Amino acid sequence: MNLAQKDIQHNLGRFSLTALGIGMLLMIVMGMGGIYRGIVEDATLLIDRAGADLWVVQRDTRGPFAELSRVPSSLVHRVAAVPGVESSRRFVYHTIQRELQGEPFRMAILGLDWPTDHGGWLPLIRGRTLQQGHYEMVADRSLGLRLGEQISLGKDTFQVVGITDGMLSASGDGIGIFSLADAQAVQFDTPGEAIRLERAAREARGESFELTVRQPDVLENVWKPTAQLPAVARPQISAVLVSLAPGARAEQVVDVLAGWGDVSVYTAEGQRDLLLRGTVDRARRQIGLFRVLLTVIATIIMALILYTLTLDKIHSIALLKLIGASNLVILGMILQQALILGCVGFAIAYVAGSQLFPLFPRRVILNNSDLVQLAVVVLAISLGSSFLGIWRALKVAPNEALT
Amino acid sequence: MTAENRDVAISASNLTKRYGSGNTEVVAMRDVSLEVHAAEVVALLGPSGSGKSTFLTAIGLINPPTQGVIAIHGQPVMDGTRQLVNLRAFRRQHIGFIFQKSNLIPFLTAIENVQIAMQLNGEGKRASRKRALELMDYLGVADRANNMPSMLSGGQQQRVAVARALANRPSVILADEPTAALDGHRGRQVMELFAKVAREQGTAVIVVTHDHRALDVFDTIYEMEDGTISLSHSGTKHT
Repeated sequence: MNLAQKDIQHNLGRFSLTALGIGMLLMIVMGMGGIYRGIVEDATLLIDRAGADLWVVQRDTRGPFAELSRVPSSLVHRVAAVPGVESSRRFVYHTIQRELQGEPFRMAILGLDWPTDHGGWLPLIRGRTLQQGHYEMVADRSLGLRLGEQISLGKDTFQVVGITDGMLSASGDGIGIFSLADAQAVQFDTPGEAIRLERAAREARGESFELTVRQPDVLENVWKPTAQLPAVARPQISAVLVSLAPGARAEQVVDVLAGWGDVSVYTAEGQRDLLLRGTVDRARRQIGLFRVLLTVIATIIMALILYTLTLDKIHSIALLKLIGASNLVILGMILQQALILGCVGFAIAYVAGSQLFPLFPRRVILNNSDLVQLAVVVLAISLGSSFLGIWRALKVAPNEALT
Repeated sequence: MTAENRDVAISASNLTKRYGSGNTEVVAMRDVSLEVHAAEVVALLGPSGSGKSTFLTAIGLINPPTQGVIAIHGQPVMDGTRQLVNLRAFRRQHIGFIFQKSNLIPFLTAIENVQIAMQLNGEGKRASRKRALELMDYLGVADRANNMPSMLSGGQQQRVAVARALANRPSVILADEPTAALDGHRGRQVMELFAKVAREQGTAVIVVTHDHRALDVFDTIYEMEDGTISLSHSGTKHT
């Protein structure tokens, strides 16, 4: 006869409510782990999906995700010429916040080196990748844009031609994918009046140079776009992504690139580590501490519940002892109840979490290793929390049944 | 068959129980000796604090005496505080308990309350169910076998408790105020049931009671006062 099961059946309502409470608490513990996984996944998503072997970024910076990185567009050609490099592509990445239909609209912008890279690696769920160099975009579904919808950014209007799933920035913003030129146009969009003022200022400065006095035609250049001026243009891309040739040794290529004074180079793994140690590490520790606290709280609550359940049947326990039940029978009953409570709570946490987490604004990822780890923790806290009840039950003398 | 030639089911020799020490010492039971034979029904009367419950828990092997020897079926089981057998197992096999109220485990059905005693003693599920049903039928509560204790009347609960006490064919049944929660009629029914069980099952029954209305069903009546015992009415041997 399973006494634990009989007791639970008899107090089914109370046990169910208790298990529900424990389940909700465990769901939060589970969710915290899932939030951390979501942050890691979001932070490393682009690095993993872009499929580059090396990332070439501005000297002494940690790459476009950790901080601002600016390298000249022409770097892509220099890099392509290094032995062992199969291909290189430009990469632009930045975040904007605009207003769309009266609501704040945040979007991380990723520029693809179209047509070298037209986004074949994107996780499309609807539509297609970019098929022309301008005025098309692929949007993550978290941005809330519809296929075919047009949005205005800067002076241009872009049509949504594809929808991706799970393309989020490290800060949880949906990513919009544009051609590199369009991404730059959005990034460096300057109001017309500002351009006119800048050109007037250039002209004024130019007029004071002796060169322009002797050769007035030179002054005509001031009305050209900044990037076309015969001077050092502003670096306008975030990084250059490198794919190594089959059989090429990454260390050798890295050694060559690291010798250049204007760039730093990271392997994809190095870039990933930088992100995790920098951007994500504090969040990881914070969430980790919350998980520990919640686990301790869950243990205390479970211990109190099991202790109360034990107190409720203390007379029955004394009676069982009186009619000859061994301590093992009593201990087994309480342990089984603790384990059943833990298991049912875990199941409730998983089922409820699976339904609720997708509704959260940021991704909550439940992976198997985290679930197994939490199951082991639940097992441990179920056993641990039953000690108080067991201690009380073992203290009960059989003659207490007579009172 | 006279009381003298029946087997001695339980004997207590010179039992003394002291609580505390020095100035705070209290003697709850003083040099109490008693023999109860198989199929004998014994009443133990006395005012509150006279030592009845102390005596009952001592011979029930749940509250060891400070001095004295307890033997069941001729086998010494306790000598003072020294345990001579595994008390829990011995209790399970040889002693049945019935008491005033809350006799039954509330989360088990009536039949499960009877079965649990047998299953704790190693009996299988099917065999324990069969015997439990037989006992409940014998005691007139078979029709309530699947009811929870809360759905049974006080008298029915006591009958189920008697069935449980009999489940392992014990040598002795110890009952502590078993009719205290019952009206006079039902109280008498329970006392008569003890007499019936003792005679038909050959079990010794010791009942601690305040209820003087059904004393005629007992073979022997003892009275306790200030921790000492005295024979009030007997057909049996008292040392």
